Amino acid sequence: MADMTYREAVAEGIAREMRLDPTVVCLGEDIGAAEGVFKTTVGLFKEFGPTRVWDTPISEQAIVGAAMGAAMTGLRPVAEIMFSDFLACCWDYLANEIPKVRYMTGGQVTVPLVVRTANGGGLGFGAQHSQAVENWAFTVPGLKIAAPSTPADVIGLLAAAIRSDDPVVVFEHKGLFASRGPAPPAGHVVPLGQASIARQGRDVTLVALASTVPIALQAAETLAADGIEAEVIDLRCLVPLDMRTVLESLARTSRLVVVEENPYQGGWGATVVSIVADEGFELLDAPIRRVAGECVPLPFADSLEAQVIPTAARVIDVVGQLAAY
Amino acid sequence: MTRAESKRSAPPPGADVDFVQLLTPDGERVTHPDYSVDFDADELRGLYRDLVTVRKLDAEATALQRQGELGIWASLLGQEAAQVGSGRALRPQDMAFPTYREHGVLYCRGIDPIMPLGLFRGVDQGGWDPIANKFGIYTIVIGAQTLHATGYAMGINKDGKVGTDEGEAVIAYFGDGATSQGDVNESFIFASVYNAPVVFFCQNNQYAISEPLQRQTRVPLYQRASGFGFPGVRVDGNDVLASYAVTRAALDNARHGQGPTLIEAYTYRMGAHTTSDDPTRYRVASEVEEWQAKDPIARVRKLLEREGLADDEFFASVDADARTEAVKLRERVLALPDPDPTEMFANVYPNGSHEIDAQREQFAAYHASFAHEGGH
Repeated sequence: MADMTYREAVAEGIAREMRLDPTVVCLGEDIGAAEGVFKTTVGLFKEFGPTRVWDTPISEQAIVGAAMGAAMTGLRPVAEIMFSDFLACCWDYLANEIPKVRYMTGGQVTVPLVVRTANGGGLGFGAQHSQAVENWAFTVPGLKIAAPSTPADVIGLLAAAIRSDDPVVVFEHKGLFASRGPAPPAGHVVPLGQASIARQGRDVTLVALASTVPIALQAAETLAADGIEAEVIDLRCLVPLDMRTVLESLARTSRLVVVEENPYQGGWGATVVSIVADEGFELLDAPIRRVAGECVPLPFADSLEAQVIPTAARVIDVVGQLAAY
Repeated sequence: MTRAESKRSAPPPGADVDFVQLLTPDGERVTHPDYSVDFDADELRGLYRDLVTVRKLDAEATALQRQGELGIWASLLGQEAAQVGSGRALRPQDMAFPTYREHGVLYCRGIDPIMPLGLFRGVDQGGWDPIANKFGIYTIVIGAQTLHATGYAMGINKDGKVGTDEGEAVIAYFGDGATSQGDVNESFIFASVYNAPVVFFCQNNQYAISEPLQRQTRVPLYQRASGFGFPGVRVDGNDVLASYAVTRAALDNARHGQGPTLIEAYTYRMGAHTTSDDPTRYRVASEVEEWQAKDPIARVRKLLEREGLADDEFFASVDADARTEAVKLRERVLALPDPDPTEMFANVYPNGSHEIDAQREQFAAYHASFAHEGGH
């Protein structure tokens, strides 16, 4: 199978769905002729034209609010919010409107839309363009959340998200755009809420998402040299959250480290570990640890930013502590 | 500053600007160079009946709230003409996005008037089907529906449902307060640059809860449209004929592909913002009396009397019918069943959710445990 980059996979994933389903439309800033500031919509405007690829004014509320209205006409809009930090600019629609339409109409109206956004740090974009904010969306019942770590998952999860009648927020990781992986075959779909085991191991379970998957894998390689075999679980989605895969892994390893880029305070890992404490306490032989972002704004300086975001070294250190139990 | 001094003394911005009027407060027909209506006697009597009925049902809902039977109610008192005029101007294919006060438009759409009462009684997790009835859900977050409407309009544009006499159009209702919201202004921009078939229908009822129009604008609201590049028109919102004519024309422009219009229906909220509000704290009685003289229903009655189109028997029968409907509505509201507790878990996700299913089972088991122990 040919390789492709994560960013190429975004455009390819959208294009595949647009070819299959004429009701899929895209909207966002600079997604048309400019083909996306991250080049994640390359080729879409050329192939599908302005009736299906809507270049919009810079207005996050209007992009997401209009996507909701368009979804009520039977379209399946795929809205782009350029940086996930800007979800805050359209939060009314993501927190109060879109996830509640179905509930407030007694199930009579669904808004099958996708909001895609470039998430996360590591590129030195500073405090307002670097945040990992998947935990913001995690607080809102009614949304689903996908966050792929590989090009194949980008395509598979986008397919599932666009076909889903649920509103789905897809967090694409900025730090992964240049990464490469095998291109999936036609028809590739990754169901929402199905974690994957990125690496098998018997000694400790590392639960990761998006950018922290390669970090966990890198840590696992180093640990293996010291004789510790880490199992790496790529959650792929936060809603639905595939805790069964996590608990089954813990039944084998009895040790858990969650690796998450969003801040420790209020991060999604807190929910994962609370479920483990509730449903899997007897599986554990050691305390649970979370390696998360520090509770500070992302510094602009590369050297400082690297200290805020989880690293393989921190994961290795924490796993080493657990090995003592 | 005393409370009386804090109430507004100067007229609101643009109070001296003319509006489109076809029926004066005295019930006289007047002509306008751009707008007219062509109603026969039956249709005029029908509009009168609509106005009286929606006012009566609204008063019944207010009474139900006062008696503790509804959680809250936002009365439309004083705004009947703006709502019935615009609501009757809608064609079946047109889509409306309301605020939480559009009970008159809801009535014109043919939706059972009990449905909003079920919502405000809190026994219902959703009433009318917005798509089937072409009437969106009551939107509580101020102004958000203007973007839903704009996106909907962009959607039907994309689907080629615009551009002919049978085309579709969209109307977004909002108030003077909403014009200060960012998303309303963003919806104006999107509607403008995409030439979306949407009519922005602003009922300027002079107050956003307690904040007077002076706190929202220094220019008459309809003039805002020119800065966004589409027409704006102010209409006498207490004149059902003018409200109808102006809305009809704007909707037809939209359905023919001529893009958005902003209508400012100049009216007055005669009652409180909602049943939780006391307007005597922030407005003077003389102002309310002044608007009382511009009542939207009295002028239609005067017209019907003046032109000999209705007699006392007609007016009595309209009142009696409205009363009967109100009584029926009350009885039906009081008979609404409480929802099953497990309904709280329904309809969060279209295709269900493992987590929510688990919560529902846990909740049901918890409840069942009381029954098992002999019931509490």
